[in-house]
Amino acid sequence: MKLSRMLLPWAGGLTLLLGIAGLWFALFDSPPDYQQGETVRIMYVHVPAAWMSLFCYVVMAISAGVGLIWKHPVADVAAKGSAPIGAAFTIVTLISGAFWGKPMWGKWWVWDARLTAELVLLFLYLGYIALIHAFDDPKRGLKAGAVLALVGLINVPIIKFSVDWWTTMHQPASVVKMGGPAIDASMMVPLLLMAFAFKAYYIYVLLLRMRAEVTAGKVRALRLRQAHGAV
Amino acid sequence: MKRKHKRLTFVAIGLLALGVATALILTAFEDSIVFFYSPTQMIEQDVPPDRRLRLGGLVEENSVARTDNSGFVRFKVTDMVHSTPVVYEGILPDLFREGQGVVAEGRLIDGVFRADEVLAKHDENYMPPEVADALKESGKWEEFKGAMTQGDPSAMPAN
Repeated sequence: MKLSRMLLPWAGGLTLLLGIAGLWFALFDSPPDYQQGETVRIMYVHVPAAWMSLFCYVVMAISAGVGLIWKHPVADVAAKGSAPIGAAFTIVTLISGAFWGKPMWGKWWVWDARLTAELVLLFLYLGYIALIHAFDDPKRGLKAGAVLALVGLINVPIIKFSVDWWTTMHQPASVVKMGGPAIDASMMVPLLLMAFAFKAYYIYVLLLRMRAEVTAGKVRALRLRQAHGAV
Repeated sequence: MKRKHKRLTFVAIGLLALGVATALILTAFEDSIVFFYSPTQMIEQDVPPDRRLRLGGLVEENSVARTDNSGFVRFKVTDMVHSTPVVYEGILPDLFREGQGVVAEGRLIDGVFRADEVLAKHDENYMPPEVADALKESGKWEEFKGAMTQGDPSAMPAN
């Protein structure tokens, strides 16, 4: 709790700072693309959101695994807190991707391996959230959810490498690829700024959610004690 | 063995088994996961004319021809080894250009691919127009494009 109080303003400040700088570069101070024109700017939201949708899932699954194996209560809280944030990033990815796909490909949505796997990721998040709340005993819910989160972990490499393993409508990786990035430096700057802004935002919201969860647990415990004391 | 060690082993073995199972399933279903076939694959696989499928590759340079007084467009899709002629009636997407990636959906009838939908495929290169122009001027463009498509299995499937 103490650590989180110390980190919170830093994460919040970084989100604002990087976000404003990133948006400035992304919207005003970066060139249009030679093929896509101004539509390329959707990428500065879409790609960081997509990275975060995977990152949040990995954090969530590992936390859930730690909670399952070592019964660490903070790990459970971290897993539970990550799920809605990751789900939100996934939704942003899918929607911004659709807005890009319509003018560029000519279609909002195609059922290729990359897009389908990302949609499965959204369902995994939603399934996890539904599952942990589906039991009267929250501990059992977290346990069932952890199993789902760990099983779903297999989807993460599938999403990442789908564009290399199969032919897809989605273009292959531009930034993390063999032989260096295929993206001009003037576009890389806003992309990375936005990526770090999204990451700081995740840390900020995750810490907030975890604090709220811990506080809610304390309130529950106090109420219980009160009720027992009253009897 | 402590209980948490037991749980750790159980989870580790479970994940490993799951990984292997998934890899096997994905390999088995490879044909239905691919989004499109290249012209070479189409020729090799001898597809029946009634089957709907997608053809993907680059639009061959100087192959686009619009027939007068009708909405028909003819062009060739190539993977640099073979090329397949395509006939399409309709509106082409903005990104449709010669030398750029394209995915067409339709049927292969007598060696001609009759498309009822054409999507433009974007590659992984992002650059400002000035950089693209500079590359073209210095004569590095072909070299750059060639290097890119060789390293890109989806723009040009290997088999």
